[in-house]
Amino acid sequence: MESPLPFTSPADLAAALDATGYLADDALATIAWLGLHLHRPLLMEGDPGTGKTSLAEALSEAMGIPLIRLQCYEGLDATQALYDWDFPRQILHLRALETVPEQGRDVNEIEQGLFAERFLLARPVLQALRESPCVLLIDEVDRADDEFEAFLLEVLSTWRVTIPELGTISAQVPPVVVLTSNRTRELHDAIKRRCLYLWLDHPKLEREIAILRRRAPEVSHALAEQVVRAVQALRSDVELLKPPGVAESMDWARALHALGTRELDTEAAAATLGVAIKYREDADRVQCAIERILG
Amino acid sequence: MDLALPRPPEEMLLGFTLALRAAGVDITADRERAYLRAAAALGLDDPHGCYHAGRATLCGSPADLERHDTVYAAWFGGKTAVAGQRFRPPAPTAPAALAEVGEGGTESDQQESQVAQASSHEVLRQRDVATLSAGEKAELGRLFTRIQPRAPRRWSHRRTPARRGEVDPARTLREMLRRLGEPGRVRHRRRAPRPRRVVMLIDVSGSMSPYADALLRLAHRFVSTGLPVEVFTFGTRLTHITRPLRRRDPDQALVAAGDAIPDWSGGTRLAEGIKIFLERWGRRGTARGAVVVVFSDGWERSDPEALGEQMRRLRVLAHRVIWVNPHRGLAGYAPVQAGIRAVLPYCDDFLAGHSLATFEEMTEVIAGA
Repeated sequence: MESPLPFTSPADLAAALDATGYLADDALATIAWLGLHLHRPLLMEGDPGTGKTSLAEALSEAMGIPLIRLQCYEGLDATQALYDWDFPRQILHLRALETVPEQGRDVNEIEQGLFAERFLLARPVLQALRESPCVLLIDEVDRADDEFEAFLLEVLSTWRVTIPELGTISAQVPPVVVLTSNRTRELHDAIKRRCLYLWLDHPKLEREIAILRRRAPEVSHALAEQVVRAVQALRSDVELLKPPGVAESMDWARALHALGTRELDTEAAAATLGVAIKYREDADRVQCAIERILG
Repeated sequence: MDLALPRPPEEMLLGFTLALRAAGVDITADRERAYLRAAAALGLDDPHGCYHAGRATLCGSPADLERHDTVYAAWFGGKTAVAGQRFRPPAPTAPAALAEVGEGGTESDQQESQVAQASSHEVLRQRDVATLSAGEKAELGRLFTRIQPRAPRRWSHRRTPARRGEVDPARTLREMLRRLGEPGRVRHRRRAPRPRRVVMLIDVSGSMSPYADALLRLAHRFVSTGLPVEVFTFGTRLTHITRPLRRRDPDQALVAAGDAIPDWSGGTRLAEGIKIFLERWGRRGTARGAVVVVFSDGWERSDPEALGEQMRRLRVLAHRVIWVNPHRGLAGYAPVQAGIRAVLPYCDDFLAGHSLATFEEMTEVIAGA
């Protein structure tokens, strides 16, 4: 199961992520490197907009392997996450067989033919096991119900899936698995134990400016800095229902740039506030505080 | 960090996991093994290696991370550990106003004593828990098993096979497949009922301290029945105590919960507590569609308007908001405090919660929500 690890140290991995435009700090690089080295899934928790999902994207880009994404929701079950048989195609196949003359048919063969790989719809988890090496992103795992967690447990520890009609499919190399959670409910301990845990906070000022400059190079440094300062002030000083994340500051800077704004002033901020602030109550509060923050 | 150790490194690292476990982080043997492997992979000469390895492998929540950092500083940094706060159960306050209930029928014959005990249980059921003596509280604690919580229901998004309901294409097609493509019986499916989440917010401030013990026992009943329940306490801080309450034995669970609660019998910041709950948990999903039960007397020292605002936010997220006030059951009670007046417009139910009997009624209301 050992695969040659492309990165010799956490710093090496950080540099590779950097090249894709993802700025990883010391803790993140270390834990992601450990995850690759020990073949353990990464469990990322943190506020929305702190870069949990984009880590998976950056990892897949840095390692040059495909990204397979499974978005979790309530009611997600194995036929959506793992595999399903393509019933309409199986029936079409049977109907087509009826046109073959009677004596040419072999019942056993037909039966086996019905549960062949070509009638199998591989959903993300199975796809990841078959196509590994790849990055499997299991996004917002807290939205799925507990039963789904129990099912994940099996896949994440053995890296194999058993299909009764076909047999066991196991990964040649364990895929890189990233789980993200917004902590709407506590995940089961059993799944946490199998993962490496990482809590992501909003980045510091310099780091966020650097991220913005990297991701939106068209935005001037001065504007980027102004936007980040304003967003950081909003996060720390103003009581908001949903403080803007890095994604919002990026959107805001891009919006301002698209409008040809050179400098963030009260007017420009008021006109584009909807990009960064998504609640009416928050918008009211920011309108009151924006002058003080920009002043 | 100087690692010229008098002991082998694995002993040092495992000692650290022991210290961390003593600090309340739930560490299993496989976590320890993962920690050693991670530390070895990063190399012991890397000053941050052990630190990050510990955070990634031994922790599972932000609270764990905080504990890890404290213990890490103490263990590897040579500082003395901070003594943990121990659970001090609130002292029994008012002496029993009524006659001693537990002693009726000591010199009578057995049958009579059983009758007396049954009736003493009945009295105990109706008594205000704040007026009980320590012995009566212990007796009452045993009676809590009588409460049989049932979960409120909601319709799941997941469909299950049913006799009626919408057509289930997959099962109908599978049926056809079994008949080699000939149309067969049409199969149906429908949404199945699932238990709805119950969120309990318990006020543990000074004014509620006579009830804290009973309310935690009640919460323990709910948690131990295996329903989807989340329990939080608030006073000056918000504490998530579902996990400590999972222990089977009620007394052990209460001690574990008490260890987790840093603000016993302190002040109340009701609006603040609800606000923090909404921000950290509620809006992200814990309160969405849930039955939220707030246990508090509504004593709010700060602005009642702020409290109303938070309750409005809670109301729009939750399926049903139930406010339980222990004082409501007292004779002559009227909801006149500013705090209670501010929250009432946003509550679906306003219940009493001072005795076992009222807890039983409340359990029924929750089940029917």
